[in-house]
This record gives sequence, C-alpha cells and structure tokens, in this order.
Amino acid sequence: MLTNRVIPCLDCRDGRVVKGVRFQGLRDAGDPVELAAAYEAQGADELVLLDVSATPEGRGTAVETVRRVREKLSIPLTVGGGVRTAENARALLEAGADKVGVNTAAVENPEVIREIATNFGSQCAVVALDAARKEDGSPGWEVVTHSGTRRTGKDAVEWARVVVEYGAGEILLTSWDRDGTRSGYDLELLRAVSEAVNVPVIASGGAANPQHLLEALKAGADAVLAASIFHDAEYTVGDIKKFLAEGGASIRL
Amino acid sequence: MTPRVYVVRTGLANLASVLAGFRRAGAEPIVTQSPEDIAGATHVVLPGVGAFGAAMENLERHGLLPVLRERLELNRPTMAVCLGLQLLFETSAETPGVRGLGFVPGGARQLPSSVRVPQLGWNQIGTESGCRFLRGGYAYFANSFCIDTPPPGWKCGTVEHGIRLVACMERGNLLACQFHPELSGTYGLELLKRWLETKEENSQC
Repeated sequence: MLTNRVIPCLDCRDGRVVKGVRFQGLRDAGDPVELAAAYEAQGADELVLLDVSATPEGRGTAVETVRRVREKLSIPLTVGGGVRTAENARALLEAGADKVGVNTAAVENPEVIREIATNFGSQCAVVALDAARKEDGSPGWEVVTHSGTRRTGKDAVEWARVVVEYGAGEILLTSWDRDGTRSGYDLELLRAVSEAVNVPVIASGGAANPQHLLEALKAGADAVLAASIFHDAEYTVGDIKKFLAEGGASIRL
Repeated sequence: MTPRVYVVRTGLANLASVLAGFRRAGAEPIVTQSPEDIAGATHVVLPGVGAFGAAMENLERHGLLPVLRERLELNRPTMAVCLGLQLLFETSAETPGVRGLGFVPGGARQLPSSVRVPQLGWNQIGTESGCRFLRGGYAYFANSFCIDTPPPGWKCGTVEHGIRLVACMERGNLLACQFHPELSGTYGLELLKRWLETKEENSQC
C-alpha cells in the first residue's frame, strides 16, 4: 500500500536555506546540502526545494544548489520557484531535480504544464497551486500568484481540474491564508481539491505541530509539506512520522 | 576497481539522479547512446522516462535495439529502471501499436482510476523467496502504467496500488525495477550495490 509522505521544504536564496513568514524578514536557516542530508537521515520521504531568490543571479545559484544537493540525496527532490518555461524545467532536471513545480507561469500560460508533461512526463510536472479564500466572503477559494500578492479571480478547485487536464501529475496546494500562521492547514480547501482531482495532493501552509499534519492526511492529502517545524528543530521528521503512524496514517517507518 | 556502468540515454528527466545514485553506490556511470558501448560494457542500465513510444523510437533511432536484445538474450548484467522495465515487454497501453523490446511476453496497462495516478511515493514490496538481488522493503515509485502479471521464469516483488503490480523482477544477471532505486534511500542503494557485484563470467545460468 502506498504510504503518505512527509516532505520538509527548503526555501533557498543565494545558496542558503532561509526562513521567514511569507518570505518577509528572511533569516538564515543553514546549508541546503547539510539540511537535506539530515532530513533524509531522519526519514523524510521526499524534499521540496523552493527557490525564493529575487534576481536572475539568484536563479543561477539555484541550479548549482540542486546539483550539490543531488550528489548527496537518495530520495526524490522537487524544485520550484521561478520556473517559467520548459527550458527552465530542463535545466533543473539536468541538475538533478526529479520533479519541477510551476506556479505563476502556469496561471499565465497553462501550456507550460503541457510542455513539461510532454517532454519529461506527467510524473515530474508538479503544479504549485496557491489559494486564498475569496475576498468578498463568498464560499470557495481563488488562485493567487506572485507570492500571494496578486489575486486572479480563478476558482482554485476548478483550476486544479484544469491543470490536471493539461498534464499535471501532482498538486502542491498551499493555503495563503494559513501560510506562516501556525494555525494548521486549511482542511476544507484540502478536502475540496483532493476530491476534485485524481492526482496526488500535497498539503502546504500553516503546519505548526504533528496534529496538524495528521489532520491534513485525514482530510485527503497524500503528502504533507512543512518547513519551520523542522528547521526550528521542534520535531524531527522521525518524531512526526511516528506520531502520524500511531494516529492511523500509512507511514514508511 | 570502480565498476563502470553505461547508462543508456533514453530521454532526459531524472538522468542526473540515476547517475548520482550509481556514484553513491561506488560506480562510475557513463551516459551513452552508442551501440558499441552497450555491446562492450560489463554493466548496462536502461533507465526510462516519459512515454513508452517515445523511448522505443529513441532507442531505435540510435540503433540500440539489437545490442540491447543481445545483452538480454546472453544474460549479461543489465538493469532496467521504471519505464525501462516496461520496455522489456511487448506492448504498452500508453502507446498502442508500438512494440517494446519484446524480451518478456505481455504488456503494460494503466493503473486503475480508483487510486491516485500517477502512483507517487513509497510502497512496501513483498518478494518471492530465493531472490538474488531483490529484498522486501519500502521503495519510491513514480508511475502511471504497470505490469500486472509476474512473468514466468522471473523472481518478482510486488506492491499493491489499486491492483497488485510488479515492483521488480530478476532473472540471472538481469534486474528490472518499476520503482526508482536511485530515489529509494538506503534500500535502493543496497540494491544497486548487490547488482554491481554481478560478474560477467556468471552470465551463463
């Protein structure tokens, strides 16, 4: 039986892992290669490396960071942040990513999903779907882009179906209302998206403790992603996986 | 001596991970599309990415089908990964009408829609007794198509994902994995090492 995945996320800028709420007030959190190796040793099922560089020079270092992490890492690596074209995806795959995440570019031009899926396979085409509750108070969520600063008016659940039609093989679903708040994942959003599509859904945004991760898996997520709870060493990946298994989730121990 | 492993370029995605995996296992991996390399190598890896039809077309265009078939027939150390496993068979529902290497009878089918597709993540493998390379344990899968019937004459490991499917199979010096050993942590690394220890002179069996 396929197990649920626990995925630490490394936000990287200029070759270093950083942390901060919604990418504001970034603080250094360590060397990506060392952290990646430590998380693998703790039992991480996969890693996500998110490039939060603000400049093209920073993007260049992201490819180099992927190369360095790959040499050491024996588990899957998804890389996202700033991927705009199939060529960007190719550079990351050649450096050692197993999957690439597209976000803003997919919203502006969903054909990029099809290009990545056709050239490299759906299993490596991840769409990072950032969603926020609708501002006018009506039910549902809309897609947001540019680190949550732009609202698109697109219905997030409908958009999830669309990206799968374009060839997305996985959805990394971030609640922009919850990200950085430590108040738990948006379970309603998770339920709605995981019921709408047949591809795996990764929950992201808002996790502060193991209970939050368990709730997300029970709401239908196939995998749970978190950053600060691991970087702050509040819990090891192993502690969390043990908790999830005891709570009835299907976990690789 | 560091064993040299020739890795056939069947496409692009994930090749870097395969190479890094073999380096961690103590080998020197070399990417190739040359029939001479494949004919001369002690160890050959057939990774697979993308679609069945595109991969077969790529192998054919580079004239690699005869040398690959010959290696398999002669039981020379050859390893197939992910789509590579499916290429050993005759057909795939992914690309109807295109023939695979046809070394193993049967074909690949789509995973059922009752479960998440693609299968992305770690699944627990159970193996037959008496395997030379294969062991039970957790391995990382990334596939939408699969082989649902263990082929006769091969020792197999299987997993459950909506249906029971072939996770890995071995026969003599041949090893094929639907999962990604290069992404399967220590479990995968140990498997690569066991296969790398295979000697050409044990080929006849």
